[in-house]
Amino acid sequence: MKIHKYDTVIVGAGGAGMRAAIESTKRSRTAVLTKLYPTRSHTGAAQGGMAAALANVEEDNWEWHTFDTVKGGDYLVDQDAAEILAKEAIDAVLDLEKMGLPFNRTPNGTIDQRRFGGHSRNHGEAPVRRSCYAADRTGHMILQTLYQNCVKEGVEFFNEFYVLDQLITEIDGVKHSAGVVAYELATGEIHIFQAKAVIYASGGTGKFFKVTSNAHTLTGDGQAACYRRGLPLEDMEFFQFHPTGIWRMGILLTEGARGEGGILRNKDGERFMEKYAPVMKDLASRDVVSRSIYTEIREGRGCGPEGDHVYLDLTHLPPEQLDAKLPDITEFARTYLGIEPYTDPIPIQPTAHYAMGGIPTNVEGEVLSDNTTVVPGLYAAGEVACVSVHGANRLGTNSLLDINVFGKRSGIAAAEYSAKSDFVELPENPESLVVATIEKLRNSTGHERVADIRRELQETMDANVMVFRTEQTIKTAVEKIAELRERYENVSIQDKGKRFNTDLLEAIELGNLLELAEVMAVSALARKESRGGHYREDYPNRDDVNFMRHTMAYREVGEDGSETVRLDYKPVVQTRYQPMERKY
Amino acid sequence: MATPVLDKVEAESAASPYITVTMRIRRFNPEVSDASVWEDFQIEIDPKERVLDALHKIKWDVDGTLTFRRSCAHGICGSDAMRINGKNRLACKTLIKDINPEKPITVEAIKGLTVLKDLVVDMEPFFQAYRDVMPFLITKGNEPTRERLQSAEDRERFDDTTKCILCAACTSSCPVFWNDGQYFGPAAIVNAHRFIFDSRDEAGEQRLEILNDKDGVWRCRTTFNCTDACPRGIEVTKAIQEVKRALITRRF
Repeated sequence: MKIHKYDTVIVGAGGAGMRAAIESTKRSRTAVLTKLYPTRSHTGAAQGGMAAALANVEEDNWEWHTFDTVKGGDYLVDQDAAEILAKEAIDAVLDLEKMGLPFNRTPNGTIDQRRFGGHSRNHGEAPVRRSCYAADRTGHMILQTLYQNCVKEGVEFFNEFYVLDQLITEIDGVKHSAGVVAYELATGEIHIFQAKAVIYASGGTGKFFKVTSNAHTLTGDGQAACYRRGLPLEDMEFFQFHPTGIWRMGILLTEGARGEGGILRNKDGERFMEKYAPVMKDLASRDVVSRSIYTEIREGRGCGPEGDHVYLDLTHLPPEQLDAKLPDITEFARTYLGIEPYTDPIPIQPTAHYAMGGIPTNVEGEVLSDNTTVVPGLYAAGEVACVSVHGANRLGTNSLLDINVFGKRSGIAAAEYSAKSDFVELPENPESLVVATIEKLRNSTGHERVADIRRELQETMDANVMVFRTEQTIKTAVEKIAELRERYENVSIQDKGKRFNTDLLEAIELGNLLELAEVMAVSALARKESRGGHYREDYPNRDDVNFMRHTMAYREVGEDGSETVRLDYKPVVQTRYQPMERKY
Repeated sequence: MATPVLDKVEAESAASPYITVTMRIRRFNPEVSDASVWEDFQIEIDPKERVLDALHKIKWDVDGTLTFRRSCAHGICGSDAMRINGKNRLACKTLIKDINPEKPITVEAIKGLTVLKDLVVDMEPFFQAYRDVMPFLITKGNEPTRERLQSAEDRERFDDTTKCILCAACTSSCPVFWNDGQYFGPAAIVNAHRFIFDSRDEAGEQRLEILNDKDGVWRCRTTFNCTDACPRGIEVTKAIQEVKRALITRRF
């Protein structure tokens, strides 16, 4: 076991982690621990763009962007945070451009902008060009640009280090962050990183679904590490299903395709979004479009022999436009489906895409241990966090924005905190939980296999807590997850070695997914209303009287060692926008 | 305007698609043995699935010790470059049907970098070469308040090399790199190109001097292996030629 001491430790090297690292490395001795090489992170899979009211191509302002974000989130957004997001968006984009990001350009040389779902002119009048983009590989460019600037700043990376535990020390009854425990993939060695400040930027949890746009590695490791140490998770029932995933595979096809003029059609060739969203049509917000697609499918207007998908039609767009603006997604269609998007429509279905919920933070990125108390020294940013700027449904292009705005803010806040603070004493035997977890898996002779349990988890999540939910389906999921968690106790692995033991890590990741799936399902069961990405067929309306509040889920351990999810609630911050009915 | 109806893709999906393929994988685990061995696995798979899916079937259902890197599974993250049937490819972008599943499909680690276990290589020398070319925008003078302006034509000039995902498929397909790991390799040159030809950048001369080194761009023998290997379709050899030309003419 090795012990390291750093002022600031960042967990994760996607967009949020690297944006934070660029700030904190300038101000404090920083280590970035990442389970993947930095440029492997899933920020690179983001396609369509990053919203900012630059007004380069038409009139726009950040107040409209704030409104769209609040409305898009079905009024569960904390409005003070949304205002910061929209206001700081402009500098966030300009920062990236100055760091070298190769945005597409307008004829006069400024950053070009295009339309995206839910972004409108003057509070919903018509779609607006707000998304700053680099073809359909904006996330790739952001990830590369941030990594390039990390190289420039000399950021210290620990690649293929898996953070498996958050160390908490209580001082006068207040939880303080003391550091993290990491597992080095190459050697199997355990490392303690004592740090004055820790920033989680470890991404989402999408791999508990089967059809998902998420990478294999998005297993909620940061959320689980904090949750297991008694910290709450906020709004975990809210998960975004992106309307256009490649049929059965879930690979993302950007909303930018519809921003460029792409149209969704059912088996009759009908542009069905006109029925559901007369103004914004195919560019309504993602939850609305995903529900519309499944409504078409359920009412027998889906495509294919099983009627289980619809089409994304780009055939009316000039090939030159597809080549220039959508080169990657058209190539995905060719590679994975053997389809030529110039002439044939692309079969799509909604795909599990983004966790709106996560580790609760305030606008400085400070993690909360309840509705108001800050955990000194602990920060989170990006998809792992819940500020909440996305509320019940995130707008497209607001996540690349989120990682930049709140990555930067948390990087600065954490470094400033570590500059004025002392190290917190480590708990006794800081490695004990990680050692116990690893040894249990390594020595297990049980007959359960990781792949079987994961498959069943993903199938039950897709069947029961996806776009449409009811009391009955959610209960089915809760029961199935409980069964799987019991079976997980008997899981065993084949690779008993120290070196690059990905068999072991997949088992640990599955444990995280199971724990978080339970939190999601229990949170969803209690929310007896429909709002944003959480749609209950048995409660089809939004209920502002009883549910205009954030869910806060805590892990409770009984005296017999049994584990339950305890739910509490937190008020939503409302400033200038009163909840209205949401129409597109 | 075309009005889509049922098309050919759908018609094929009804019949049982599974076939049996042999995956012949070069295994190496220094905890077990100093020597690497070929091991065959027979699996049932839909030929429209990826080589990565085949590797997952083996790892998840047959042999959990099989070790490889992967993440996004659709050709964006650059984790799973491998030598498949003797050619460098991404396992997640290679469909079984496209690589003759009648015969055993061979999978081995990319060449020129030290194998650590099975298909996992030491990426550090690769990333060191990348870092050595100063892969970041360098400008002089005061920063503008708004964005720097760039014409669409100037932006287009380096578009191809911005696509690089640092998967190492090109560098580890290069015979010069196999023979001498000191050579910067195609990927580092591609990333230097990305900045040398960016109209906003002001350190092109410095990067050219770095690549004028004995282990620099002149080692390239234009075998085009790198261009063939690139899963992003970057014209790697062309980019290297452009850097060579810039070194001669000092114009870029």
